[in-house]
Amino acid sequence: MKIGAIAGITFKEAKRDRVLYLLFFFAALGIIVSRVLAILTVGDRVKIIKDVGLGSISIFGILMAILIGTGLVYKEIDKKTIFTLLAKPLHRAEFILGKFLGLVLTLFVMTAAMTLIFLAIVYAHTLKIEGGLLVAVAYIFIELVLITAVAVLFSSFSTPILSSLFALAFTLIGHLSWGLDLIIKKMEPGTGKALVRVLFLILPDLENFNFKTEVVHGLPIPPAIYLTSFLYGVCYTAFILGLAVLVFRRRDFI
Amino acid sequence: MADAIRIEDLRKRFRIGFIPKTREILKGITFSVREGETFGYLGPNGAGKTTTIKCLLGLIHPDAGSIKIFGRPSSQPRSRETLGFLPENPYFYDYLTAREFLAFTAGLFGLGRAEKDERIAGLLKLVGLERAADLPLRKYSRGMLQRAGLAQALINDPKLVVLDEPLGGMDPLGRKEIRDIIIRFKDEGKTVFFTSHILQDIEMICDRVAIIVGGRIVKEGGLRDLVSEKVLFTEVTVSGLPPQAFEGLGENVSTRDDRVLLRIYDEACVDEVVGLVHDRKGRLISLSPRTETLEDIFVDTVTRT
Repeated sequence: MKIGAIAGITFKEAKRDRVLYLLFFFAALGIIVSRVLAILTVGDRVKIIKDVGLGSISIFGILMAILIGTGLVYKEIDKKTIFTLLAKPLHRAEFILGKFLGLVLTLFVMTAAMTLIFLAIVYAHTLKIEGGLLVAVAYIFIELVLITAVAVLFSSFSTPILSSLFALAFTLIGHLSWGLDLIIKKMEPGTGKALVRVLFLILPDLENFNFKTEVVHGLPIPPAIYLTSFLYGVCYTAFILGLAVLVFRRRDFI
Repeated sequence: MADAIRIEDLRKRFRIGFIPKTREILKGITFSVREGETFGYLGPNGAGKTTTIKCLLGLIHPDAGSIKIFGRPSSQPRSRETLGFLPENPYFYDYLTAREFLAFTAGLFGLGRAEKDERIAGLLKLVGLERAADLPLRKYSRGMLQRAGLAQALINDPKLVVLDEPLGGMDPLGRKEIRDIIIRFKDEGKTVFFTSHILQDIEMICDRVAIIVGGRIVKEGGLRDLVSEKVLFTEVTVSGLPPQAFEGLGENVSTRDDRVLLRIYDEACVDEVVGLVHDRKGRLISLSPRTETLEDIFVDTVTRT
């Protein structure tokens, strides 16, 4: 109930943010332009539309999560609205979870809207509703949920600019960390290899949520991969939120 | 009578600056507020009033000491179920209307729809915001925001109301209205803990006060125990006589036009001055005995500390 109230006010606040609509506009533009690109390109035009469309949803979704998420908790502290909230019988964990869920709801609405435009563009080209694309979108959304948790974590102790940089770095590392797996395979056994392996385990691997290639090219995906990716997303998000709650619980609001 | 608030040996330090320097804001504060009383918490700027309140509300973690609200440690959010708080310069979501904002705060207490609607309507009436209830808070004046703040502090019908400078920024009429509401709390049996710089208001409303200076409670007690009813001096304004006529009877504070303002410390001299004015056909304009006020106690305590 209390978490719901905080989530509701967060959703209300987030949907007033002009940055959200600007990013949505560019995402929609990217999806629509994919059709023009497809016409100008030699090759499988549908694949280009799907590739660019899913890419737009992913990139602009990430930007929405970072740019809005990093300001959410900070704004409450900066504008001192937090004094009124925490003076109520509200656990700090409920506050963090409410903020997180409010932004997740905002991203859900935005992702759904982008997906509708995307499916409409694909339909205009193929005259088919391709439900399979929703799998890729669903995993993009799981990635957005994780990045939202990261944004809320940084927002609970840092300024929006620094938080945005940290969250962006997290996302970039998350998409490049699979390279460490290749390095591990080529390394000789020893301390170095063990250290790189530990690093690989600690760093996020956001490629776990990338099913774009498989979906676009119609490649088979074993159900176990879906499940492990889903569980990875849930566990990592829970871990980051746990950290955010720990940091936030220790703070003094002067 | 049970304690609504019990604070024992409360201590808090902050590390301030780029090269951190430790500053002790609260140096072992102990006092209690009894259930049903109106308690004024006074102190100069930077004395530690707001830090005490923030510790009480769990916004700041104390380094040492204990705070209990109706016997429950203040670190537990449940201790705030029966508490309402109005912050100094209240900041709210300015895009919400007062009605929406109150509905949101009611949600934080898990109130049902019928109870919520009834309470919101009652509170909007109580604080005089019925006509502005559906305007966004960004269009409110400071006084109106203060009223909206008071309404949100009362949404859970609290047993304990904590008000940080509730009368700041209000016009005289608004101040009177808020003061009357606070007095009404007393009749309803609510405990009120509040800070204010307006000492006349504290004197008018409070049963007991504590004065904090430099992070220490330097005076605490019932208002009647602290402020004596002894006459400090009498101010007499007379006209039609020269100031020299009163030499040796009192201090000549000012002479303007035909009027002389005297400050008389000896009560026997007051009768003498009145007699003199009568005998020499002068005119007695005013005569006001000045008893000790809370302001005198406050200024005296702060300057001595």
